Amino acid sequence: MTTPTKTTGSSTAPIYAVGVEFDSARDLYHAAEKVRDAGYKRWDTFSPFPIHGMDTAMGLPKSWLSALVFIGGLTGFSTALFMEFGTSSFLYPLIVDAKPTNLMTIPAFFPIMFELTILFSALTATFGMLALNGLPRWNHPLFNWDRFKKVTEDKFYIVIEASDEKFSLEETRQFLQSLGGSHVTTIHQDETSNE
Amino acid sequence: MDSSLNPSTLNSDPITRAPLVLNKRTMGWISSYVSTIVESKTPRWWFISIAITSSIALLTPLMLCYLVATGIGVWGNNSPVFWAWDITNFVFWIGIGHAGTLISAILFITRQKWRTSINRAAEAMTLFAVVCAGIYPLFHVGRIWKVYFLAPVPNANAIWQNFRSPLLWDVFAVSTYFTVSILFWYTGLIPDLATVRDRCTTKIKKFVYGVMALGWRGGNRQWRHYEMAYILLAGLSTPLVLSVHSVVSFDFATSVIPGWHATIFPPYFVAGAIFGGFAMVLTIMLPARAIYPQLHDMITPGHINKMAKVILLTGSIVGYAYLMELFIAWYGANPYERAAFWYRAFGPYWWAYACMMFCNVVSPQVFWFKWCRTNVYAVFIVCMFVNAGMWFERFVIIATTLARDFLPSSWGLFHPTIVDILTFIGTFGLFTTLFLLFVRFLPMICMFEVKAVLPEANPHYGEEHH
Repeated sequence: MTTPTKTTGSSTAPIYAVGVEFDSARDLYHAAEKVRDAGYKRWDTFSPFPIHGMDTAMGLPKSWLSALVFIGGLTGFSTALFMEFGTSSFLYPLIVDAKPTNLMTIPAFFPIMFELTILFSALTATFGMLALNGLPRWNHPLFNWDRFKKVTEDKFYIVIEASDEKFSLEETRQFLQSLGGSHVTTIHQDETSNE
Repeated sequence: MDSSLNPSTLNSDPITRAPLVLNKRTMGWISSYVSTIVESKTPRWWFISIAITSSIALLTPLMLCYLVATGIGVWGNNSPVFWAWDITNFVFWIGIGHAGTLISAILFITRQKWRTSINRAAEAMTLFAVVCAGIYPLFHVGRIWKVYFLAPVPNANAIWQNFRSPLLWDVFAVSTYFTVSILFWYTGLIPDLATVRDRCTTKIKKFVYGVMALGWRGGNRQWRHYEMAYILLAGLSTPLVLSVHSVVSFDFATSVIPGWHATIFPPYFVAGAIFGGFAMVLTIMLPARAIYPQLHDMITPGHINKMAKVILLTGSIVGYAYLMELFIAWYGANPYERAAFWYRAFGPYWWAYACMMFCNVVSPQVFWFKWCRTNVYAVFIVCMFVNAGMWFERFVIIATTLARDFLPSSWGLFHPTIVDILTFIGTFGLFTTLFLLFVRFLPMICMFEVKAVLPEANPHYGEEHH
């Protein structure tokens, strides 16, 4: 952790991050490329909607949520498989219209296998996404920043966290200032931020 | 309200795309306009409407209480028409519930950006339609307090479900569809609930919307997983939406009853579901658009035009299926099959068959004319015809087929009772009540997606092409 050389305010709470505001997706995109090239690791861009190509601009890899969903789908498929064959072939072989209870009956079992595969995959997609995003989390230092309310409306932000190895309050502030945004702000952990 | 939509806003040149949001609205305008509907004081028309619709909705629980207390005989189902109004209404509502997921899933993965302003309301409509649909089979089982027998839970008799039965497939298909539709809808709502959270002024609203928004912050590290989740849900819902009505059609097609035992049923039911669903989306979106005139910039004439084209296409597929059924009945040379279709068209239920043919096949053909696709009154009238026609289709398939089974000694007609009729009217009240609550308390338009289709959302907006 670096030693703060200059603070703009009287807050004594520990520093969470430094943020800067932009007016358009284009400005945010180009600023993000510069932050990436400057070598920061613990930072993020914030926008009212997902911006096409931002993962590349930030140097982020593909989300591996899809792998989780694949596992979820397999779980759903095997649940149906065991449920159907387990009950209808082993626990209580139910012979309807002289149809077989062995593997040959699989076409009739397929619809439920399909439905449960979809059901488990969709549950994994939704709850996996929330888990990877650390949600629900109703308190966050970023909510201490007044201007950050506009992130869900029409403003764009870059926030570099104090826990980044390259973070130094003064240099990072100057760096953010040089990106062309406005309202460079130090965000504190638990108290209201100050500009 | 202007009755004819301005054709200059339509896409006349196929090379240049018409703007998806008219009048060059900004992102701030979209948030504030859509959120204002939720934030402003409840308008008087809303109280009046919900008083009417919720009173009508009360009919359904009242009739169901009467049914549970007395017995299933209070409905008109009787030999030989054991599946009657209840299953007709079930298939009717579940069919309507298909348009929402079609718009949100299939149009999403095919990158049809115009879906963004109508998908939220269409998805909500899906959920409410499935709620209405679920009531019927649930109470049709007779002893609803034994309904847990449908689930594979160990029981004292050590008997398990018959997993080869299409009726059990239906239980899994409909409940999966309902669950996945809720997940898809709520996932789409999270960023917009955050917008409402960040805008609202009262403590209670801040708390409620804040809790529902789950603490969404809109960081790209969140959007990355979010977009992946959304496209996966869309990819999963696409086969799901096609499978649900296919499974519903298996309830009929896997039986050996003439008129039901047909391989054309799954695609024919799916096309019919999309057809009826789009008509219902327009039936509720056009009044919403009339009440909130500013929505005209987001639900543009181009949207209505495109949806009318979908109705024309699926209506024609349905018409083809009707004719193909008749052709195969003749060409198949099965006397029972021939008799079943002859009876449908010329028996005592000829009026239902004629209504179905006129409403579903003839009426949407006016959408070949651009004037009809761009006149809101014409679109609305055709949609009402389609809504009625799709109900008649299910009635024709179910009641007229069962009225004449193999044994002439058991032939008979179906007569609905007052309980049948009031239960059905009640579900319309339930549907509109739920929709009114949705319009009042949740953002009706997917704000973040509409912002993302604005030209300035492109990170290279204003730069020269390389």
